[in-house]
Formats: sequence, structure tokens, C-alpha cells
Amino acid sequence: MPSPAITLRGVHKRFGEITAVAGLDLDVPAGTCLGLLGPNGAGKSTTMRMLTAQTIADSGEIEVLGYRLPGESKQARARCGVVPQIDNLDFELTVRQNLTVFARLYRVPKAERAGAVDRALAMANIAARADSVVDELSGGMRRRLLVARGLVHRPELLLLDEPTVGLDPQVRSELWALVDELRSEGVTILMSTHYIEEAERLADEVAIMAEGRIVARGRPQDLVAEHVGTEVVEIYGPAPALLEAERRATGEGFASRRTGPVLAILGAERSNGALPEGYRRPASLEDVFVVLTGQEIE
Amino acid sequence: MATVESQGRAPVARVRRLEPAAIGAVLWRELTVFRRYWRSTTFSSVLEPTIFLLAFGFGFGALVSRVAGYSYIEFVGTGVVATAVLFSSVFPGLFTTFIKRRFQRTYDSLLAAPIDVEELVTAEVLWLALRAGIYGMAPLLVAMVFGLDPAWGMLVVPLIGFVTGFGFAAFGVTIAAVAKSIDNFNYVTSSVITPLFLVAGTFFPIDALPGWASTLAQFNPLHHCVELVRDAVFGFQLGPDLLHVAVLVAFALLMWRLAIWRLRLRLID
Repeated sequence: MPSPAITLRGVHKRFGEITAVAGLDLDVPAGTCLGLLGPNGAGKSTTMRMLTAQTIADSGEIEVLGYRLPGESKQARARCGVVPQIDNLDFELTVRQNLTVFARLYRVPKAERAGAVDRALAMANIAARADSVVDELSGGMRRRLLVARGLVHRPELLLLDEPTVGLDPQVRSELWALVDELRSEGVTILMSTHYIEEAERLADEVAIMAEGRIVARGRPQDLVAEHVGTEVVEIYGPAPALLEAERRATGEGFASRRTGPVLAILGAERSNGALPEGYRRPASLEDVFVVLTGQEIE
Repeated sequence: MATVESQGRAPVARVRRLEPAAIGAVLWRELTVFRRYWRSTTFSSVLEPTIFLLAFGFGFGALVSRVAGYSYIEFVGTGVVATAVLFSSVFPGLFTTFIKRRFQRTYDSLLAAPIDVEELVTAEVLWLALRAGIYGMAPLLVAMVFGLDPAWGMLVVPLIGFVTGFGFAAFGVTIAAVAKSIDNFNYVTSSVITPLFLVAGTFFPIDALPGWASTLAQFNPLHHCVELVRDAVFGFQLGPDLLHVAVLVAFALLMWRLAIWRLRLRLID
């Protein structure tokens, strides 16, 4: 088995009274894409920042590409690409200039720099806007540039923090295709997201994070089978009816969850007509997420 | 257990402090941004000393013909070099640092790459010091138009401006790292920068001040800059000038370390 690209052991991080990360253990095997899934405030962004030593853990061990953090973080960062959640582009510079700054920072040799920038422009599909000032770009273009910036030095490991938040469906599916392509080239990817669909499509494995630790880890379909079975019955109706249905389901030994006007009964494939009638659908990662974290996806 | 852990470990690459590639990348960024607004910066850097020279030169010059052995235009023309250096280092140090840290998040983006806070601060301060050294020459050029005689010693003035500017740029970065909002800068501007600027021997000799005030002025780095520039233009005096250089270099080094320390506290949590 290849050595993991990322290893976290017993990592804790507090900010004053708030515990952001509480005993996190996580491995990301080299060459795989791991989706870090969790509600807001679960500690995903803190975890991401710790991997570049922009946040220093209070305790625990972190290794990235074989380098021990935070001491050897600079070496690790040289081989990592980072796509942040917030837009921190240099808005006064052109697209090409933004990439050139990072090609220099990542020590791309002078002779290869222009080629590396062109390659990143092409990968992120922004070559047509290479000489536009960032200030003039649309949100989707800016996100493409953020991705290009993280790829300009051909990193072995890519850290994507909520890469498609707020993007229209077209740009989103384009970025998904890019991530898929990188994965097939053997780039290790750690991607935090709260879009279930994104994790299901792109990730080899998913780690579900809640309250600062990993609560489940595995391939999406395995997690679904293990935690919520294969089928779900959804019942719509007024609150008293749902309460009654929930009582019945619980009595029969079925787990269920309420989301506003919907009651979802999990593991419905095991029922022998004992469950109330409703709309049957396949169980999803979202069901796992809600069951494990007790929180809704927005 | 230790052996298992060490198997997958990469060879520890040598990392030097203050790597030129990291500092060079940030300098390149600054230069590239600067190419977009050099006109306005240059305009104000030349206009400001001109106004000072006109206002003080003609205003006071009409009342006092000679100050400390110089014509007033010579006295102010050389003194205002320090003002130009101060303004072109401390204000960008304050404002652009704060904006890049707090609003543009530029520093967060850079620190995800292989550069550390020490290199980042060094590059930023180096850039502002280079600029201050060059813009410090503007008052001399303007004063020459008003009758200041050229001197070979003027060629050292950019270097004096660089060292002084390095200290004040780093001071600005330190305050920008500590400040919670841009409004906080008002405290520093009124209580620190304005007194430093006025009690430096720029517009009037500090020995005209009460004893305690002229003693305090000895601790003002800007005063040492003013004296050193005057000596560069009108003739060096070895002993006092070595002291001026020593104070400016010590101030620059102290502020540099302080800026690194404070900005690291702010950017790395």
C-alpha cells in the first residue's frame, strides 16, 4: 500500500472557547481523491489551513507528503496546490500576472515559467482572458483562476476548500471534469465540500466530519449501505400524521429523520408492508450525512 | 512505531531562511502592481516637497534668511528629504499592508505557497525602502530648481533614504499587523508620526527647542536622517555621522524583527 499523502493523528485545535478540531485522525492515500464532508463549523476549513501550517495545531501530529508539520511545512507547501474557499486573487493584476507571481513563488524555473502559466490557463479554461485584469472578471472566471493558480507548478497534492460554492452549474461541472482529470493523472486530492453530489461524483472515499472529528469514512456507496440501507420511504403530510408515522416506524425498529414537512424512514427495503405508504427512493449519502451529523445540508 | 512512521518520509530538503526566490516573487508582484499607479505616486511625491519648499521657503524664508549657517532654502530643501522618505514608507506600510492582510487576503494566498512570514515581511519592507530611497531624491531635485547647489554627497542620499525608509516601512507594517481597523491608524498618525515629522530638524533646528525636547529628538530616527542628509549635501562629519548611521540601522533592524513578529501572530493562528 502506498504511503499516505496526508496523515493526521489526534489533532486538536481550539480558538479561545471554541474547539474547531477535536482529536482528528485522517489518512489520505496517495493518488486518491478524498471528499471531506461536513456541515458549516465542522472544522473543515481549519483542517485545510492546518495542512499549509497557516493554522498551527495545539496537539497531535500532521504529515504532508512525508514532511512533518509545522516544522517542514515549507517543503510540503512547495509540492502542494491550494484552492481556497475565499477569493484572494490580486485584483489589480491580470490573470497571467496572478499566475506568474505563483509560478515564481513555487520556484518554477525561469525557462519553464511562461509554459507553466499557459498550461494552467488552458487547464482551467481561461486562456481567452489571460490579459484581463482580475477586477473585470465574473465570479466563475475568478474561481477558474483560483484553480489555475493552485495548479501552475503541477502539484502532487491538491487541497480544494469548497471549490464550487456559489458557482453556476456549467462552471461547476467544468471544474468537476478538471478534478476528475487531475485524479486520473495521479494527483492526490483532498476536497472539502458540503455539496453531497460533489463528493459522490468525485471522491474515491468520503470522510464525514462533525464537531471537529471524523465520524465515518469509506466509499460513498459503502457508507450508504452501512448506515442507511438501500431504500428510503419519504412521507409528506401535516405534523400530527408525520408524528404518528414516525411512532409506527420506530415501533417496527426503523430509523427515521424529519426534515420540515418530510419524514424519511431509512432501511425501507427491510419492511414487509409494516411501514406507512410513501414515496420510495434509493438511499443517498445525504441520508448518511444527516443521520451521522444530525444536521441538514443547506 | 518510529521506524514505521519514518519509512514514508521524504528526505528533508534544505530550507534556507530568506530565500531569494520567495522574496523575489513578492518584489515582482509589487513592481507589477506599481506599474499601474506609478504616475500618481510620483506626482504626489514631487508635488508635496515642492509645496513644502514654496510654503516654508517663501513664507519663513522671508522672515529668516539663514538658519544654522544655511540659507533657509538649503535648510528646508535638505530637511524635506526625510519627510518624503517618511511619508513614502510609513503610509504605504500602514495602509497597503492592512488592506492586503485584511481585505484582499493577499497574505493568506501567498502563505499557502512556500514562503514564510519572515520572507514576506522582508520583501514588502524592502520594496517600500527602495521606493523611499528613490522618492527621497525628489525634494533635492526640486530644491536645486530653487537654488540648491548640486553636490557629490547627494549620491548617497538614496541609500540614507533606503535605510530610513526600511525602518519606517517596517514600523508601518507592525502597526498594520496590530491594528483592528484602519481607524486605529489615527492614534498612531497623531501621536507618533506627526511629532516625529515636526521635531526632526526639518523646518527648524531642534536646538531651538527646550532642552528636554531636543534631548527627546535625539531618539527620533527621522532627526538622524535629516542630519545625515544635510551632511551628505554640505559635507560629512565623521563622528556624528557614524552615530546617525548606527541609529538608523539599529532602528531598521529592530522594526524589521518587530514587524515579522507581529504579522506572524496575525497571519498564523
